[in-house]
Amino acid sequence: MEHGPPPFFKHGPAPVVRLAFFASLSLALLVLDARFHYTEGLRNVLALVVYPLQRVATAPSELGRRIGDYFATQSALREENTQLRARLLAALQSSQRNEAAAAEGERLRRVIEAGEKLKRRSIPAEIVYAGRDPYALKVVVDKGTQQGVVPGSPVVDEGGVLGQVTRAHAFSSEVTLITDKSQAVPVQVLRSGLRAIAFGGGSSGLLELRFMAPNAEIGDGDRLVTSGIDGTYPAGLPVATVVSVERDSAHAFARVLCKPAAGVDRGRYVLVLAGETKPRPNFGSAEPRKPRRLAPRRTRRNDGARTR
Amino acid sequence: MALGPDSPQHILRPVRLGTIAISFAVAMVLDFLPWKDLRLTPDFVALALVFWCVRQPRLVGLGIGWTLGLVIDAGNGVLLGQHALAYALLAFFAITLSRRILWFGLVQQALHVAPLLAFAEAVTALVRLAAGAEFPGWTIFVGPLIGALLWPLASVVLLAPQRRRTGPDETRAI
Repeated sequence: MEHGPPPFFKHGPAPVVRLAFFASLSLALLVLDARFHYTEGLRNVLALVVYPLQRVATAPSELGRRIGDYFATQSALREENTQLRARLLAALQSSQRNEAAAAEGERLRRVIEAGEKLKRRSIPAEIVYAGRDPYALKVVVDKGTQQGVVPGSPVVDEGGVLGQVTRAHAFSSEVTLITDKSQAVPVQVLRSGLRAIAFGGGSSGLLELRFMAPNAEIGDGDRLVTSGIDGTYPAGLPVATVVSVERDSAHAFARVLCKPAAGVDRGRYVLVLAGETKPRPNFGSAEPRKPRRLAPRRTRRNDGARTR
Repeated sequence: MALGPDSPQHILRPVRLGTIAISFAVAMVLDFLPWKDLRLTPDFVALALVFWCVRQPRLVGLGIGWTLGLVIDAGNGVLLGQHALAYALLAFFAITLSRRILWFGLVQQALHVAPLLAFAEAVTALVRLAAGAEFPGWTIFVGPLIGALLWPLASVVLLAPQRRRTGPDETRAI
């Protein structure tokens, strides 16, 4: 027999029951989010709710920066101006050369009937703050889906590839840096044309080329650029420089570490390369699809005639 | 030191729901400030949640904790549910300990709060490690300790709206 107190006061379910309920709810959400990514809608709604609070939180530092910009001294501005002019001259020259080369490349591609390279729209953005997650290397930029950023867009800075947009909100987007453990960039060694995949090295701030044969033609100081074969990153963007190659006969693969070319832990201004990703080739599906498409239409028409 | 829950010289006014809501909003803004290193930053929302669960266990509990956690998850762009789980557990243990904690002075209260906040951080860490993240180092437990150090300050600030004026009131009848 149980001699509990009479239920004079309404308490609702017992605390342990509530805890079990909320804990299982959270676990279900975690699994749905981590495994199946079904929770994006809920996340976007909640993110919109906290957006004003985030604006309030970032406003003071933004204001401070603006005031700092305003009170920049004239000599500093002039010095910066001269530097920028010199860099612009150099950039213009290389851009002219690049344009001629691009036109020539286009002609050659047309001759060999390769698909035309898609041009990307670049959206300048500013890094607002470092990611709010100590377990992942992310930054948040101030441009979102309203400005045309789509999830998956590559992000570059003046040095090279910085990362990839992994989540785009209305007015901001999260960029996962290439040094994050979950990021992989298909690269090519500029000198030898060797293809490889660069994986993020986590908090070390380096990249790692995995599955490189011990006799692979790669050495210290080799520059890596994107190979463009994944259809996400445009080809030819600088990614990293090899800093160490360990060839140990005890292991099946060489251990190659590289230093990212982009300022993954510094810098403020970035470019989001939005626009269509390269369409994947449809192997041999163009020809046989036609009759298949026609067949159901014909039967449908027949069905219609029969019902009439 | 205090002699018991709400020691006799401080009879507090009943809490207003607006105070609780505003305190959570302010805590969230503090959380969203552009901190340099998140591992060394205390979780202000967790601190406020523990405070209100200890002080007002009938008003603030698991449901509010869970919802706040979900909002924090979405705002931080982390795995949806990691803070929700941590805050639900935090609220549960804070309510369980609430009767005990209020018997102590502010410093001893902080000693009770430190393991609670560290436990919530550990829950988050376990969830992320299970999801395949890299352990960011033991410094993640510095944040909760700083949070516990802030407990006396938080108590004074959050109780301020409930304190009566100490000066004699000329217009009062008795």
